[in-house]
Amino acid sequence: MDHRPQAWGRPRDDIYGAYDASYLQTSGPKTATQSPVVTGTSVIAIKFKDGIVMAADNLASYGSLARFTDVKRLRTFLDTSVVGFGGDVSDMQFLDRHLKELAIDEAYEHNDDQQQQDDDDSHHKSTPGTALNAANLHKYLQKLMYRRRNDFDPLWNQILVGGLDAARKPFLASVDLRGTAFTSPSLATGFGAALAQPIMRRYAATDEDAARLTREQAVDVVKECMKVLFYRDARSLDRYSIAVVTKDGVELSEDEQLERQSWAFAERIRGYGTQTV
Amino acid sequence: MAAMFSQNPLMNGPNYSFNDSPRTSAPEGAREHRFDPYTDNGGSTLAIAGADFTIMAGDTRLTSGYSINSRHHPKLFKIGGTTADQKDATIVLSVVGFAADGEALKERLDAICKMYRYRHGKPMSVKACAQRLSTILYQKRFFPYYAYAILGGLDEEGKGAVYSYDPVGSYEREQCRAGGAAASLIMPFLDNQVNFKNQYIPNSGEGHALQERERRPLSRNEVEVLVKDAFDGAVERHIEVGDGLQMMVITKDGIEEILMPLKRD
Repeated sequence: MDHRPQAWGRPRDDIYGAYDASYLQTSGPKTATQSPVVTGTSVIAIKFKDGIVMAADNLASYGSLARFTDVKRLRTFLDTSVVGFGGDVSDMQFLDRHLKELAIDEAYEHNDDQQQQDDDDSHHKSTPGTALNAANLHKYLQKLMYRRRNDFDPLWNQILVGGLDAARKPFLASVDLRGTAFTSPSLATGFGAALAQPIMRRYAATDEDAARLTREQAVDVVKECMKVLFYRDARSLDRYSIAVVTKDGVELSEDEQLERQSWAFAERIRGYGTQTV
Repeated sequence: MAAMFSQNPLMNGPNYSFNDSPRTSAPEGAREHRFDPYTDNGGSTLAIAGADFTIMAGDTRLTSGYSINSRHHPKLFKIGGTTADQKDATIVLSVVGFAADGEALKERLDAICKMYRYRHGKPMSVKACAQRLSTILYQKRFFPYYAYAILGGLDEEGKGAVYSYDPVGSYEREQCRAGGAAASLIMPFLDNQVNFKNQYIPNSGEGHALQERERRPLSRNEVEVLVKDAFDGAVERHIEVGDGLQMMVITKDGIEEILMPLKRD
């Protein structure tokens, strides 16, 4: 038996074999997130006449395990923008803390501006707001994500940012873990890019099409897409959050339930399971 | 058991500390999942220099794999104007490859050109800007910007100038250049139609010793048609090219921007 203090509290090598100390290594190269652990699936969003609609379900998966079923993946920013996160949930929470801090700083610096918005809606049309709008926020997040990829320490998310730009037109854009940023009349992350995006593009192929959509139409399209995603994406949930951003602010509902589901199509699926065709 | 009494406790016996123990080789079946900082976002670019103009062009599709991320994501940027709207810019940069690197590169070059204008009270010449762009790219030689850049403008004599780059900063001035996903489709077409390669005057010699067709500068209209034809061809044969065609015509009067539709399939 080894009684040296260095061996105290360790499993005995003669019984358990040599301990693999590499797990506790503190020297050697710095390691960063090399793969996501607890993940959120798709986020989808579409522009309409005077704003945007965004939705994401409330599930955080641990691999194929539905681990946390009440995780809100849409966050508001300064009551002017909404940010939707796909990918790693802990990185999302880090970004959320970061954005909260940023929002507080912004609210202090532009106190009058916020006051104006509260007082009178027509005010901020004549005096363009100086507080961060959705376009500014998106640029900020893009720089942050690109910086982190340059440091080989990426935040494992794909993010959608929705709101109004400096000209108070609907704004919708995406940024991913490599800092790639782009905009489109409709956007979807993860499985949504394959399942929801074709449906949304039927209604808003171009910005002109999107400018003809009413709020009700846009919400209906997004809800329909969430249903399709729940049918086919195995890492999804029937409880979801939906946000609508217009010049009047953000309306966020975090406990929606999928309605009017029909699993009749499942009867016709052949080739899996036990049935003999 | 014998390992316990080994005279080499660092390797075998109870370790003195986790910090001191040398790394043993990775356990059986261990896999290393490394983050890949690069992707290819597809798309294609093209630049042709004329006698007193330069035409730059690029499609506006942004892809990742088989998905279309955006149908309108410009690859052409005016560089070095006084303000953010680039109204008085004289140089155009096109970037294709990894979109995030391309955008970072564009913003670096634009900031440098703006500083030059502020310090010297005049816009940067294309020649100087071209050299500077090469330096910027080479500075990241060992973690390169994965972007194929083309710089276009008018030289000191007012002639069209096109400079093309590889991702680590090798560059040369050329008459024309295609970059990106469909470069291998467009470039041979350009060799033939701009530099008249493989065009010979019939019956001008014995056997294969024919006289080459003489090169002449193309007119703006001819070049615009060439650009459209080149992209219509690329769209048919390359899935990463399509949606929209963005063209910038640089003349002594400024930069004219033209947007046209391409196939969205």
